[in-house]
Amino acid sequence: MFYRENGQFKTSYRADQQIFPIAQDRWVILAFIAFAFIGVPMLADEYMFRAILIPFLILALAALGVNILVGYCGQISLGSGAFMAVGAYMAYNTYVRIDGMPVIIALLSGGFFATLVGMFFGIPSLRVKGLYLAVATLAAQFFCDWAFLRIGWFTNNTASGSVSVSNLAVLGWTIDTPVEKYLFCLGFLVVFTLLAKNLVRSAIGREWMAIRDMDVAAAVIGIRPMYAKLSAFAVSSFIIGVAGGLWGFVHLGSWEPAAFSIDRSFQLLFMVIIGGMGSIMGSFFGAAFIVVLPIFLNQFLPAAGALVGVEISTAAVSHTEFMVFGALIVWFLIVEPHGLAKLWSLGKQKLRIWPFPH
Amino acid sequence: MAGMLYSLVALGFVLIYKASGVFNFAQGAMVLFAALAMARFSGWVPGWLGIEDKFLGNLIAFVLAGALMFVLAWLIERLVLRHLVNQEGVTLLMATLGITYFLDGLGQTIFGSDIYQIDVGMPKDPIFLFEGTFEGGVLVNLEDVYAACVAALLVAVLSLFFQKTATGRALRAVADDHQAAQSIGIPLNRIWVIVWFVAGITALVAGIIWGSKLGVQFSLTTVALRALPVIILGGLTSVPGAIIGGLIIGVGEKLSEVYLGPYVGGGIEIWFAYVLALVFLLFRPQGLFGEKIIDRV
Repeated sequence: MFYRENGQFKTSYRADQQIFPIAQDRWVILAFIAFAFIGVPMLADEYMFRAILIPFLILALAALGVNILVGYCGQISLGSGAFMAVGAYMAYNTYVRIDGMPVIIALLSGGFFATLVGMFFGIPSLRVKGLYLAVATLAAQFFCDWAFLRIGWFTNNTASGSVSVSNLAVLGWTIDTPVEKYLFCLGFLVVFTLLAKNLVRSAIGREWMAIRDMDVAAAVIGIRPMYAKLSAFAVSSFIIGVAGGLWGFVHLGSWEPAAFSIDRSFQLLFMVIIGGMGSIMGSFFGAAFIVVLPIFLNQFLPAAGALVGVEISTAAVSHTEFMVFGALIVWFLIVEPHGLAKLWSLGKQKLRIWPFPH
Repeated sequence: MAGMLYSLVALGFVLIYKASGVFNFAQGAMVLFAALAMARFSGWVPGWLGIEDKFLGNLIAFVLAGALMFVLAWLIERLVLRHLVNQEGVTLLMATLGITYFLDGLGQTIFGSDIYQIDVGMPKDPIFLFEGTFEGGVLVNLEDVYAACVAALLVAVLSLFFQKTATGRALRAVADDHQAAQSIGIPLNRIWVIVWFVAGITALVAGIIWGSKLGVQFSLTTVALRALPVIILGGLTSVPGAIIGGLIIGVGEKLSEVYLGPYVGGGIEIWFAYVLALVFLLFRPQGLFGEKIIDRV
């Protein structure tokens, strides 16, 4: 009843091609972004920012990158953690080694180096696909883990192997409170989401989707597989690299290679699958789900145990967390293999015809 | 010799991939789970039944752990795979990752998370082989020799099972073509249970051997990740490929560590196998013995 596009006539190509062709969508999204920039900083407390909101924003950005590669171009990658690591370490190196380097440029240069590494490890995708490719990208993961652990240059030859940055400042604006960090990440996320959304609905995005749906057929109709696949790897690892830089600079502050281990790669892939492959919105849903779930379980399980009079030890909680997490993922895949984004679009469809049945 | 053990784990992957087209990331978790079960049962059984004899105790523990793996296989088929028929490969991959998390949690909840020892009485003294053949011979760990023999035996039994029995033929039929197999009356669900059970048993054997070498602990799950290049190298669908790939990776890893390692700072074992497999993929995408991949529009 309220969510209808009746009467919204489009009289120009521009109007027809905008991101949200339905006026209600436009307003809701604008209101939501305004809320995220203004409302959330006033409402949330410090714990919320540190534990949930900042990780969510950064991981959503990374999931967006993974989604471009896995969801739009159909190249399964288990090396996302490595690309994040490259982004973080190279951003660190640019930041530390060049005097007076602005933070944003450093982060983007981290993304640039992640792009190079991503394209290099994307080369096998020209020969293999599917599960073979998934295993091939693991090579990136293990190689980067090793390189950042063993090669002193990357860590600026610190003795402990962990690196840290402090005193982040953008044009005189010092980023040190959680609220400022949150806004900084949010800015990145909004800009990159806009770029990604426009990319995937342009010619190159359509090429990626053609490759995903059937690469041989796409090649037959004149899409260059090499160009399409490598550009997907490049864009995706650029975004993942910037997210990695943010994760290191803003969220962690000081980090070791273990922060970007293979578990991170799996986590990102989970986000994409649970959120919905080939959907920008899905990346956010997936990231929110994966970030909040462990925290929720962590808080909820001891409480539930106390309710039935069972004292659950910390070790048992962490094991049960594993179990519930695994079981939930399997359950999710069974009931909704197309992810949360599918539920979202179903809901929109329902809303459109409400209150009538069809 | 590590190569032989990689082969064992890789074999579990190949079995499941062949029969159900699922790339089973949970193999590592299954190895850990089986090894934990074995370690704990062999500790508990003498207490429960009052059996003094170590061999008998271990045997009963092995049977119990095997039974547990069967229950596990049945549950996985019943609760997970049955509902995911006809889904894309990546969804199934994610499902096995979910199973991995679940098994990691479950195993440690039931059996505890300390480091356990499995003592199946394998001798650990180094011996010299081939002393008669050439001077000095080859110094090897007797334990490794036993492990290799067990692995070889398992492979032999499995190939016999696949080639000669009716169930084995049914398994190969399912591997070839699900629909055709179903249409001639092969029960897909039962076959899957059997396949996961066989994979569980290979996991158990691998778990026992690794466990008695390194102790049963959480890091056993990483063994599965080390075995992935093996199957890529050997081909996802080939049992002999898994074995030969395992040997190549095992030898390559050690040689690279010894000869290349010092130049780049050591520790390259971890990724060398992957890069080897990667380079290999560029030239032979289907692996050494894999079936040729043919694309049709």
